[in-house]
Amino acid sequence: MSRRRTERLVNLLLCLLSTRRYLTAAQIAAIVPGYEHDENDPKSHEAFQRMFERDKGELRDLGVPLETGTNSVFDSEPGYRVTRGDYALPEVHLDPEEAAAVGIAARLWHHAELSNAASSGLTKLRAGGVDLADGPPLGIEPVVSADPALTPMLAAIDVRRAVKFGYRTPRDDQPRQRRLQPWGVVSWRGRWYVIGHDLDRNATRCFRLSRVVGTVSAVGPLGAYAPPEGLDLVAQVAAFDPEPTDQKSARVRVRVGAAAGLRRWADAVRPEEEETPELLEADVTGAGAVTLLDDPGAPEAVVPPAAEPDPDADECGEPAPDAKAAWDIVTLSYSDPEALAARLAGYGSAVVVQDPPDVRDAVIRHLTRMAAGIPAPRPGEASTLETRAVGGSR
Amino acid sequence: MSGAGTERLARLLALVPYLQARPGALISEVAEDHGVTERQLRDDLQLLFVCGLPGYGPGDLIDMSLDDDTVTLTYHAELDRPLRLTADEALALIVALRALAETPGVDGAAVGRALAKVEGAAGEAGRSAKQVAVTGGYEDTGVAAQVRGALERGRALKIVYYTAGRDATSERVIDPMRLLVVDGRAYVEAWCRRAEAVRMFRIDRIDALEELPEPSVPARGMSPESGFRHGAVFAPAPDSPLITLRVGLGSRWITEYYPCDDVRAEPGGTWLVTLRASDLEWARRLAMGLGEDAEVVSPPELAELVRSEARAALAAY
Repeated sequence: MSRRRTERLVNLLLCLLSTRRYLTAAQIAAIVPGYEHDENDPKSHEAFQRMFERDKGELRDLGVPLETGTNSVFDSEPGYRVTRGDYALPEVHLDPEEAAAVGIAARLWHHAELSNAASSGLTKLRAGGVDLADGPPLGIEPVVSADPALTPMLAAIDVRRAVKFGYRTPRDDQPRQRRLQPWGVVSWRGRWYVIGHDLDRNATRCFRLSRVVGTVSAVGPLGAYAPPEGLDLVAQVAAFDPEPTDQKSARVRVRVGAAAGLRRWADAVRPEEEETPELLEADVTGAGAVTLLDDPGAPEAVVPPAAEPDPDADECGEPAPDAKAAWDIVTLSYSDPEALAARLAGYGSAVVVQDPPDVRDAVIRHLTRMAAGIPAPRPGEASTLETRAVGGSR
Repeated sequence: MSGAGTERLARLLALVPYLQARPGALISEVAEDHGVTERQLRDDLQLLFVCGLPGYGPGDLIDMSLDDDTVTLTYHAELDRPLRLTADEALALIVALRALAETPGVDGAAVGRALAKVEGAAGEAGRSAKQVAVTGGYEDTGVAAQVRGALERGRALKIVYYTAGRDATSERVIDPMRLLVVDGRAYVEAWCRRAEAVRMFRIDRIDALEELPEPSVPARGMSPESGFRHGAVFAPAPDSPLITLRVGLGSRWITEYYPCDDVRAEPGGTWLVTLRASDLEWARRLAMGLGEDAEVVSPPELAELVRSEARAALAAY
């Protein structure tokens, strides 16, 4: 935008803000510097009209509430004005703590569009007199990231328009086209999900935004649907979380000093030799990752990660205690014996399963395959893993 | 909003009320608050001098007294309030405040009050934020708040920490440097006296902590940037071993969970997944923990590690 155009736009806005009456394009041209032209010359007049249309569009894009109307029923041509009350940001008074919170919030987006929007919003709050510099430091640096699909999804939700997008799950390499009437988005455990009505499946579905492939395009008319009354977005996402219901208990021997992750996850840990076991309550917050699904009826294998890279990847561990010295008995809660068996196999010789027999057998089967270096079973092969994937869903 | 021109127009409209609220504002601060150079700011102010109300006489134009360091607005031409928030601005601020309220270790009261005020000021523009919910989803055990307290008081911490990479728990003394919360999960970046290096500790893996009476001596010339690069907490070192696993459907989740160098579909419904492991022992635990659904393709040392460990484990049955 040229300097002259910027100047003209500021003057146009000030003119429209200062008038109570609607001003026609011709009146505006006569008042605001930069619109001078010969009205009787069709070419010159047309050039003005194009310029004026573009300028109005620019102000509207900025969010200026440009009103169109007539002053009386006798006016044949519409005029324009900006009402001060609609234009101005209402007064905001923030105490230093509140101002600090807003200042930090504006910086926490790791997403280009939202980050820009937050900082221009902040500029307006500052312009309104809010002082952001004086707040006490929070002592925390939060970062929120978001997937590229978030903003187009939100735009569609806002105008209640259906969307079309490619979606790829870990189960399926080929992205599939989905059509959705989106109701809302939820950030849960740092991941973004969209909830809505799946038009092809005719059912409520939840999609993880990081699995959206390519662009999200809006389809069909605006205002095409209404989200359900009193919709609880978080509860909707939680409903798709395959919370294990049927909790069973396994007993495993764990070598002393080994398998710290398993111990943190355990219900109880006690030395094997102890006659009257004193139960040690273990921390259970380290339980494995939960996988959210788009199809509640077709769960992926919800396998807690056996090992996980750690930001603190240092090598200064305790020296391993005498390897064959002693064992603990560890009690674990689980719902899926196959998932538990795979996880236990990850601990190798540090863990020996005692009960139940199905977990024990599955661990032996996993280990036997690995010891022989037998390749992973193909999906076509009859394997308990396949049975699990299918069996869990029907 | 797009384009440098539009950005400038938006800035000019905010500048006038900004200056109106701050007589004698320092040019350097005004420029900083608007994210521009002092030179650009002076150019903006020159432009405003020629704008004003119809009539455009000396008393109608925006006016200010401008010297070497400060600026005072003397006539605002009815532009004494900033433009209301757009829907995008309201959404970005409101959702960020909600995320902040859900952040472990943050005192939510001030955030909640700020949220209510920003929502009030946004009015109808804040409508789309109603369709966005932010919930932490992680259990807040209060450890983050304790770490924050230690940071405020400048004290060292004794912690019992679970290192997933080694699958081991250890006790160590750390000098906390800052608390980071990435996508709702909290980390403390600290000098680890045992490792003698800056480390990131995941808050949910601190099994016990005790604030020591002795002061924290974190810096030792270290900048608190080591662990958090490019928005990612875990960045594998370029010299860590590259491993390739062949995985079936049931183990495909690792491609979303770990940063992978390559994921390739094979005929027959399996995938070749290549990723950097922190070390081969970690890779062995990962591969074996996937059960029979995964197979080591390379390196050969890893395949041998898996075979020998599986044999040793079988000996107990």
